[in-house]
Amino acid sequence: MSEHTHASDVPAVSIKKMSKSFGDIEVLRDIDLVVNKGEVVSVLGSSGSGKSTMLRCINWLEEPDRGTIHIAGQRIGVNEHAGRKMTGKELATVRAKTGMVFQGFNLWPHLSVIQNVMEAPIYVKGMPKEQARAIAIELLEKVGLADKHNAFPFTLSGGQKQRVAIARALAMSPEVILFDEPTSALDPERVGEVLTVMKNLSAEGYTMIVVTHEMEFARAVSDQVVFLEKGLIIEKAPPAQFFTNPKTERVRKFLEISA
Amino acid sequence: MTEWSILWDAREVFSNGLIATVQLFVLSTLCAFVLGCALVYQLEHGNRLSRALRLLINLMRTLPFLILAYLLYYGLPPLGLRLSAWSAGLLALIVYHAAYFAEILRGSRLVMPEGYVEAAKAHGFTPLRLYLRIILPTLVIKTRPLLGNQLIIALKDTAFLTIITVQELTAAANSVQSTYFIPTQAFVVVIVLYWLISICLELALKRAARFGAKRGFDYV
Repeated sequence: MSEHTHASDVPAVSIKKMSKSFGDIEVLRDIDLVVNKGEVVSVLGSSGSGKSTMLRCINWLEEPDRGTIHIAGQRIGVNEHAGRKMTGKELATVRAKTGMVFQGFNLWPHLSVIQNVMEAPIYVKGMPKEQARAIAIELLEKVGLADKHNAFPFTLSGGQKQRVAIARALAMSPEVILFDEPTSALDPERVGEVLTVMKNLSAEGYTMIVVTHEMEFARAVSDQVVFLEKGLIIEKAPPAQFFTNPKTERVRKFLEISA
Repeated sequence: MTEWSILWDAREVFSNGLIATVQLFVLSTLCAFVLGCALVYQLEHGNRLSRALRLLINLMRTLPFLILAYLLYYGLPPLGLRLSAWSAGLLALIVYHAAYFAEILRGSRLVMPEGYVEAAKAHGFTPLRLYLRIILPTLVIKTRPLLGNQLIIALKDTAFLTIITVQELTAAANSVQSTYFIPTQAFVVVIVLYWLISICLELALKRAARFGAKRGFDYV
């Protein structure tokens, strides 16, 4: 659990009444969620419950049908002043406040490890190359990959790729980092190295929303645990309460099976 | 005077033709590639303009190159636009091969893993930056063999321009053979010269392949 919560009135992420359908299938229904700065929120639920879609709606990789999402106080997807949808450029500006780590890593294959980390700070934030390089070196050291600067993604193990992806997300100093099942594509030996990095980030006060099946991680690191079932948040509680005294029968069953 | 010494005396004609061919080739393929890349960027938007461009690309691909060259050189003057043979030939090469470059890149874009694009979007890349920094480099590395083929086709297409009186390499050979009636030797010389240009292209493409192989792209 994070040791310090940043004092601020503006939440890192605020979701109100968000819904999303794919054709006739309603995958998210009236999602309400507030994530304060420095908080770690774990999102649990069975496959197909809408966890990843919820995460992808936060940075508008999926466009929700209804509801509002604010990132550090700024609404994403809609230009409220102009009363219209955001342009690609406007959307990019808000998205730059978020970082995202994908299940499949998605490192850019034509760029070396350090270039992957430097790319967004230089070309999105307009940071001078030398400054971006210094930050990238520091972050790669933080995730334990100081010796892999010039390697290309295809030479790395899954765990190493995921750690580069985390460094890439951190390089933008995001208000919130979205983790979409960051360990699901890793073998059990590699899961630990990624979770260790994530625990360290939590201890440093990073705001994180983590879609995961790692119960131990959710229990040890989260400030809130959210459980999704058929697109609805059916339970939202601190981990101590969630894991020991769940309110719903569905969560109780889920925890029994996962134990 | 032997036939080969006649050819040696006509070396200036050949070298002028060679320079014209190389100029046409380099200028046209550079412009065509940039235009092809711009077309693919526009196709990303999926709007009305994209659909119109897609139609235009298909039209170019189904049109024989020579017809396009004829059209630009002989067909435009009645409409009030007269281009020199060189300009008409250059324009024909650019427009025609831009369509092919666009189609090659578009094909690769269709099978490019969407995860790379999503990662760039999630990190705040604007559409143009995303295209220039992430999508385009990946497409170019992936399609190197096809782009290489297209370059060689473009080189060979410059020879068609002799028909609209562009004084390039084939025109030089034609001029020498018709003056001295030594067709075999004159055309053998230009075949060797085209071949040499192609070899240089092949070497450059092999170097580019090493760039891709170093990054884990499949082929070498």
